[in-house]
Amino acid sequence: MTGPLIPMGIIGQGWDLVIALLIGMAFGYVLESAGFSSSRKLAGIFYGYDFTVLRVFFTAAITAMVGLLYFGYMGWIDLSMIYVNPTFLIAAIVGGLVMGLGFIAGGYCPGTSMCGVAIGKIDAMVFTGGMFVGILIFSEAFPLIQGIYESHSLGAVKVNEVLGLSTGTFALLLIIIALLTFFITRIVENKVKKVEY
Amino acid sequence: MTNSNIIDRSKRYTNPYLSGFLLGMVLLATFYITGRGLGASGAIKSTVVATVATVSESHAAGSDYYSKFISDDSHPMNNWLVFQVIGVLAGAFLSGALAGRLKLKVEHSPKITSRTRLIMAGIGGLLFGIGSQLGRGCTSGTALSGMASMALAGFIALLTIFGGGYLFAYFFRKFWI
Repeated sequence: MTGPLIPMGIIGQGWDLVIALLIGMAFGYVLESAGFSSSRKLAGIFYGYDFTVLRVFFTAAITAMVGLLYFGYMGWIDLSMIYVNPTFLIAAIVGGLVMGLGFIAGGYCPGTSMCGVAIGKIDAMVFTGGMFVGILIFSEAFPLIQGIYESHSLGAVKVNEVLGLSTGTFALLLIIIALLTFFITRIVENKVKKVEY
Repeated sequence: MTNSNIIDRSKRYTNPYLSGFLLGMVLLATFYITGRGLGASGAIKSTVVATVATVSESHAAGSDYYSKFISDDSHPMNNWLVFQVIGVLAGAFLSGALAGRLKLKVEHSPKITSRTRLIMAGIGGLLFGIGSQLGRGCTSGTALSGMASMALAGFIALLTIFGGGYLFAYFFRKFWI
């Protein structure tokens, strides 16, 4: 069966939401069991006392990236049907920095705050409430922000194309970078004073 | 004795590389089935859109932003990401329950009060909410999923979210360490 299954019409639209629920459960289970329901564990990446986030995140991105390339190579998936997030340069950079500020202030990101909420973290519940208000503010102020939001559109461009590399070469390069950061952050973690949480 | 065992058990997490591999497989399966990656902030956005549309339908329909996410044939809450995030809550609850981590509490550094932590969590959430809309997705939907599909947007999100965190970390250190 050549994927993606739902866009190909192999799995009917009626199963859509059941699959969403099951995938979400697996996602939430893995995040929580990795420790992502704890803001103090998440914040460790920024102060050098716990690099769990980096290890999980980088390993996951590379696993899925290499998996997609392999599935495409084997003809199991039509890669042209895979969604590539469009790039709007200014909005992406400013938005990312604002999220970074929110991350260091609040200790969570949206997905991890859901994990915190699920196990009873009151701070995660407040963070989620804050997100609701933030999105409401953005939406109401949209006429003021629309210029930045839509400027410098590059389309659904891929990073390897920008760098002039093949997908395989880029994946290899990223794996090497990941291994180096795993090694370096291990050394940093050992040198930084332990934080009890 | 029993008490300390419970504390130890609740701090036992899965090996990060194994977790990363499993998360990568979940993400790969999501792409294989749906053609898209995972997400989180989109579900909150749907909740906001649904709330605003309920309070004032004309206001939502007249807005250039809300109207992007309102269609005639389906309710804004009846979408893929909302159900996926309900699943996240259930899955995380299950993991927390099995590990003995279910507890209603405010987690904070001993150097700050619960009140300070909650104020910072609220401000952080608000900023993350704004940033996620401007950046067209959060750590899950744009950074992680975008990286897997090699989208330039995914790598910009990765570098700016985490880079931003490092950039501002110095000013927030007393809240964490």
